[in-house]
Amino acid sequence: MHKLHPELAQKEAPVSGFSPMTQAERPLSPHLQIYKWPLTMATSIAHRATGLALSAGAVFLVWWLVAAASSEAAFADAQWFFGSWLGLIFLFGWCWSFFYHLCNGIRHLVWDAGHGYDLQTAYRSSQLVLAASVVLTLVAFIAGVMVRHG
Amino acid sequence: MSEKQLRSPLGRALGLGSAKEGVAHWWAQRVSAVALVPLGIWFCASLVSLAGADRLTLMAWLHGPVAAVLMILTLGALFYHASLGLQVVIEDYAPGEGTKLVGIVFVKLLALLLAVAGIFAVLKLAFGG
Repeated sequence: MHKLHPELAQKEAPVSGFSPMTQAERPLSPHLQIYKWPLTMATSIAHRATGLALSAGAVFLVWWLVAAASSEAAFADAQWFFGSWLGLIFLFGWCWSFFYHLCNGIRHLVWDAGHGYDLQTAYRSSQLVLAASVVLTLVAFIAGVMVRHG
Repeated sequence: MSEKQLRSPLGRALGLGSAKEGVAHWWAQRVSAVALVPLGIWFCASLVSLAGADRLTLMAWLHGPVAAVLMILTLGALFYHASLGLQVVIEDYAPGEGTKLVGIVFVKLLALLLAVAGIFAVLKLAFGG
């Protein structure tokens, strides 16, 4: 927004709040579209994506609880939704998101403790998290369907 | 001093790091994550066992102190953890400081509202609908 001295303006554009004189020579890296997508990158962004999905799911969880606390009719509406095709697809998505975020979250906690940083281990744990999340999702969902109809 | 300097001259002179509350946020996110590991597994198993349950079954389940207390803890930890996570997402992607501030305040207040609504619903069901 503010006008720069012409001499300074010829240099690189300032980052907001800093004048060019205070710029450190930080290394620049190419942006996302330059890289191919290794599995570790996919599992990283999936952690954030499933976190967002679960946050949305938490809104539906509160709806379910508040409906149950409100009236028989409100609870019937909620149960109808969760039993509908759309509701079941949502539940399946939240179920996988939950197990993925859980497994990958544990992977993050292991990293926080200082373990598992080397490349081979990082790839292995990516594969392990994906496999575990799919297996746990199928087990939980099939168990839920059996409870419902059994 | 052959190494490339990563900090700005001002940053080096002040030596105060980023001046934000990264460590407290980081810890809170980890602690709530650790709490949510057992709570989440318990909650998921409970939902499976309650699949297709009617309202009376749900109320009977929440009448027990264990289920009601764990459900309240789950809601608290869940919305706390979610608000911390969503805060980082907003901080990463918000185009300007104004949007960032409004977004974070909105998310935090909404998380509080939903947590209180959920906990109230659990208490109402636990103490008899």
